[in-house]
Amino acid sequence: MKQLIVAPAPHAHSGDSVRRNMLLVILALLPAYVVSVIEFGWGALITAAISICACVLTEWCISRFVLKEQKMTIGDLSAVLTGLLLAFNLPSNLDWWIVIIGAIVAIGVGKMTFGGLGQNPFNPALVGRVFLLISFPAQMTTWPTPQGFGGSYVDAETGATPLYYLKHIVKAGDASVIDQLPSLMDSFLGVMGGSLGEVSALALIIGGLFLICCRVITWHIPVAIIATVACFAACTGLAGALPEGLTTGEYVAYELLSGGLMLGAFFMATDYVTSPMSAWGKIIFGIGIGFIVMVIRTWGNYPEGMSFAILIMNACVPLLNKIRPQRFGEPKKA
Amino acid sequence: MRTFKIGGVHPHDNKQFSAHQPITVCPLPKQAIIPLVQHIGAPAQAVVAVGAKVKVGELLAKAGGFVSANICSPVSGTVTKIDATTDAWGAPMQAIFIDVEGDEWLPEIDRKPEIIRQCTLDPKAIIDKIAAAGIVGLGGACFPTHVKLMPPPGKKAEVLIVNGVECEPYLTCDHQLMLEHGEEIIIGIQILKKALGVNRAIIGIENNKPDAIEHMTKLANASLGIEVMPLKLRYPQGGEKQLIDACIGRQVPSGALPIEVGAVVDNVATIFAIYEAVQKNKPLISRVMTVTGKNLAKPGNYSVRFGTPIEEVIALAGGVPADTGKIIGGGPMMGRAMDHIEGMPANKRLSGLLFMTEAESVRPEEENCIRCGKCVQACPMGLEPYLLSRMAELEMYDELEKHDIMDCIDCGCCVFTCPAHRRLLDGIRPGKAKVGAILRERAAAKK
Repeated sequence: MKQLIVAPAPHAHSGDSVRRNMLLVILALLPAYVVSVIEFGWGALITAAISICACVLTEWCISRFVLKEQKMTIGDLSAVLTGLLLAFNLPSNLDWWIVIIGAIVAIGVGKMTFGGLGQNPFNPALVGRVFLLISFPAQMTTWPTPQGFGGSYVDAETGATPLYYLKHIVKAGDASVIDQLPSLMDSFLGVMGGSLGEVSALALIIGGLFLICCRVITWHIPVAIIATVACFAACTGLAGALPEGLTTGEYVAYELLSGGLMLGAFFMATDYVTSPMSAWGKIIFGIGIGFIVMVIRTWGNYPEGMSFAILIMNACVPLLNKIRPQRFGEPKKA
Repeated sequence: MRTFKIGGVHPHDNKQFSAHQPITVCPLPKQAIIPLVQHIGAPAQAVVAVGAKVKVGELLAKAGGFVSANICSPVSGTVTKIDATTDAWGAPMQAIFIDVEGDEWLPEIDRKPEIIRQCTLDPKAIIDKIAAAGIVGLGGACFPTHVKLMPPPGKKAEVLIVNGVECEPYLTCDHQLMLEHGEEIIIGIQILKKALGVNRAIIGIENNKPDAIEHMTKLANASLGIEVMPLKLRYPQGGEKQLIDACIGRQVPSGALPIEVGAVVDNVATIFAIYEAVQKNKPLISRVMTVTGKNLAKPGNYSVRFGTPIEEVIALAGGVPADTGKIIGGGPMMGRAMDHIEGMPANKRLSGLLFMTEAESVRPEEENCIRCGKCVQACPMGLEPYLLSRMAELEMYDELEKHDIMDCIDCGCCVFTCPAHRRLLDGIRPGKAKVGAILRERAAAKK
């Protein structure tokens, strides 16, 4: 009889794979991407294509020529996802060469220097984005207004985002720009200026719920972030910091629906590699992000702080991983 | 519907191959090989000499310590040698070899088919009979049953939990036993309740066996103090600690035994063996095994006398399929892949034989850990498998102990669920063995 295969148990597997998880996240991003293409037209298509290609190529070159790896990790789709997420965080009219620089920094500095997938302490796409934000502040903060395929890619009409106005309203107590804010319905659907993939809260929530249903991510991080932001905004409103013409409820809704909040909460903060392992770790991680983003939005110099908030909390992950999950048979914590 | 509270996974149950196949009796072998270790604890000590004539049911080897079990002869014939041989995993084992002659049973064993319902024995006599019959837990752990029935001083059993979960994929022997011998199992439960002095018993059955739930409920309703609890399908619900949590909502603390929360757990097959031992004077000499696999010709449930070479059972099931890559003793989650089958006997431990095709047998290549935390979510003991496996690789035994590696129940949920196909248990298992050895050394030094 031929030789039998001997291996330790278990002899069955769920069939889950790294590739499957990455693919599901990419699928979950598609609704938001469709909205983006409808609104920003060619800009959305070109920026995403450049970003994805540049990320994959950077990873391939580094593993091939620098690390001299035998086995390529391109097939696990993680570089494709990083590229897509980076594009989602960029204005759709960004010059092509800036996109490429962002991709090289994201993969080269954010991921491969630490040893590739699974080793990086910071979310690579956000490393790329924040690098660009600091290096090219002007280009990174002029967002095209939604014009679909009618508008041209480079010389699109640009405008400030709702967060810019919100900050002005709250910080300066200036009620005169309230009518510059898009309607709440427009904010929810995404008919407003902003980074390529972050505009439609509705599409992002659909994608996020899809990921939770497929058990790719758990509810802990998004719920913690959204709840913290809502509480913080509500407190600001109740403390009387809002000028007349903007109710607390409206303010909370604008904070939740604007900027990178939904994209960050469902897709960026939940990145496996850079988020904590245990349920309580995830909840504290989410609360931290929600708190930091509101501090930056309210008192900081930048109108938006989601990227910074996530990166700062990424740095806390090793500490948060000291929180143990609830052991079987252990008296209940908290 | 109830289930346990932490972790767990949903493997495909694959029970369709052998489910509802009636229990078939496997013919007697020409030579029986009876290992002296078929249980957890000290090896049994042979009490027969070479050349002795034995009958079915006669004591071959007596328990070699407090935690050990008798071994009674499953066949009649002549003892030809008592010698070392290798088990299916290549480790040496002592065994008694018997040339089978006829099928002559001890006269006190009642072989009539009638069910005997009355039991007038007192608890002590029941436990003595169970010990004499060499009964061990047939769910997989093979812990000597009589030891479980004697709680340490100060501890009192409140409830008997009967394990009819059979959460291992593929295996159907307990399911079929409940369908064919439900009445005997109910009588066995009443006997055990009496031995333990408890008035409540719960039979836990997963909801992928609706006919067994219905059948056992009907029988339990006609009896006193027995309830059937349907449980939501989830692995490893058949684990002792998980089952207690699912049935009565109490969690056995780390390092403690079920009696700590007032529970005693026994498998349905064990309880059937108790019925036979107490009511029919029949020691544990055979068990029902599931022989199954996608490409096996006649998958089914076979009643096999211990000592029968498994090749004969396999022949009955249609022979080893051509594209077999792995043969597993037990189920796919916790069973062990065999190195060879030649000369391997059926024994108390072997709940099944699973033939996996070559394609199913190859473990996919490991990828980088992506720190997704799915192993943490899946671990039914609330441990951090990714951390334990890394610490074990780095031989950090103090840290492993602090991170409760000794709580690991070896269920395989972490490896099953890992998207990067990491072989977490390959590191955790030796790590746990090493920490266990360190703990024993420390305890010995204290004395």
